[in-house]
Amino acid sequence: MITDSRSSDVSLPNSNGGGPTNSNGGEPTQLVDNFFRLEAGRMVSTLTRIFGLDNIDLAEDVVQDAMLKALQQWSYGKVPGNPSGWIMQVAKNRALDILRKQTLVQRKENEVGEQLRRSNEQSFAAELFAPEEVKDDQLRMIFACCHPVLSPESQIGLTLKTLCGLGVAEISRSFLAKEETIAKRLSRARQTLRDARVPFEIPSGPELSERLDSVLQVLYLLFNEGYNASHGPELIRWDLSAEALRLSELLLAHPSCNTPKSNALHALMLFQASRFPARLGDHGNMLLLQDQDRSRWNKTMIEWGLFYLNQSAAGTELSDFHLQAGIAACHCLADSYEATDWRKILSLYDLLNAINPSPVVALNRAVAVSKVHGAEAGLVSVTQMENTRSLEAYYLLYAVLAEFQIELGNFQAASAHLRKALDLTTLHSEQDFLRGKLEYCEKMSAV
Amino acid sequence: MPDLSSETRFMLILRGGKADRDFSPSEYGRTIQKYLDWIEGLRKKGVYEAGEPLEETGRVLSGTSGAIVTDGPFAESKETVGGYFIIKARDLVEATEIAKGCPIFESGGGLEVRQIAPIPSVEPA
Repeated sequence: MITDSRSSDVSLPNSNGGGPTNSNGGEPTQLVDNFFRLEAGRMVSTLTRIFGLDNIDLAEDVVQDAMLKALQQWSYGKVPGNPSGWIMQVAKNRALDILRKQTLVQRKENEVGEQLRRSNEQSFAAELFAPEEVKDDQLRMIFACCHPVLSPESQIGLTLKTLCGLGVAEISRSFLAKEETIAKRLSRARQTLRDARVPFEIPSGPELSERLDSVLQVLYLLFNEGYNASHGPELIRWDLSAEALRLSELLLAHPSCNTPKSNALHALMLFQASRFPARLGDHGNMLLLQDQDRSRWNKTMIEWGLFYLNQSAAGTELSDFHLQAGIAACHCLADSYEATDWRKILSLYDLLNAINPSPVVALNRAVAVSKVHGAEAGLVSVTQMENTRSLEAYYLLYAVLAEFQIELGNFQAASAHLRKALDLTTLHSEQDFLRGKLEYCEKMSAV
Repeated sequence: MPDLSSETRFMLILRGGKADRDFSPSEYGRTIQKYLDWIEGLRKKGVYEAGEPLEETGRVLSGTSGAIVTDGPFAESKETVGGYFIIKARDLVEATEIAKGCPIFESGGGLEVRQIAPIPSVEPA
């Protein structure tokens, strides 16, 4: 029990005072950054399997209690040797207490509680927390949180809350929403899962493919929320992207979820993530691909990206993730901006435009066109784009148009586009970038 | 008078300061880390001696031979003793200064500083 697992207590690393000290360097920082967040995600998932998806709230309460106990005890200077095992043990004891007392009327605990009372308690408890079951709980939770009955924003919110261990305040900061709004959204999402009687399981059979698509889409959105922070002063919120990568790894570790498409998404995210360190300039300003110091790209991530891209070619499926990963790979593999294989990129955009036409894809394709055939051709392909209406409020459209005009020497036209782009973005780093360009264009058109 | 400076021991008795129920997992981590950092600082200064948490529940005994036994919790949770630290200081003033650095105040708790009374070894007459 708890006291037993505490017998392996160790003092803090670096401690030099009296008493039994046992240095195990590097642990405290982990404890702060991620420990409780990751543990919370793990524990809530397992407890939700035990209490039922109807009772995520109860699972979260138990996890809160366990973390509170850790706070009350670890604060006196001794962190258990196996903090993860310690906190899970506390949660487990509390969960078994609840099941024994059967004070709640919901269906699932009654069932499990009944079994607990009837059978040999210890062996049943061991069954409930069997490692091979626990291993898949987070995956079951991913499928629940990303269930198609939920709206994309509820899917992301619920994923961040239950799997990534973010608090309501932290989620609301991420999305510049009121805490109240997020709290309501989360409780509505839970209610929707209850009403739809969503089972807590890894789907199989014909259902799997659709459900997996939904999960991949959420991970992709989550990654992009971190990568292209759509609001707020921070251009890159690495933590969100890192969570998308972590959850994607969990998926890939399960045979039925390790599909070509999940591999393609993982490759895509790794390629994008490899450039994180080079995307910001010294003053926190955004650097374009051509201005980035490529030696700062994360080589290991690129190599792993290539590995997963290779894995993704196993089947016949060619998803938009495959194509986007292919494009990202072209950039990652070019030694310099000039050496970029724009013809290949253009052909991948052509395919992408064919299977998943969207204004954003078309805009990116126009950039590739300009690289292969010149800025004039780029401009033409922008004017040929359909459905540009949805892009009218998109600053990148004007940033791209400005870029074409600069190349053609039309600085006045470029300035007009840049002013429009400036009106449309709230990100400081992007505004700074656009302002710099605008100053240049104004100077050039005055000449 | 012999200099007892480094020998004088004080007990810090911590009360209350419970975590907000709305703490996010990261906030739990950060709060614990504040305590660990504070303790580490005391260790470096050589004034830290011990610290231990107490379980939240227990029993209260009173009456003849402790016949009246009641279960804890004993009072309102903000008065419940959560644990103690033993530190070394020159005098109560210095011990108080050290105690002011305790992170418990950030979570609305408090503490009591008490000198551990030295038991003088009396020379035989």
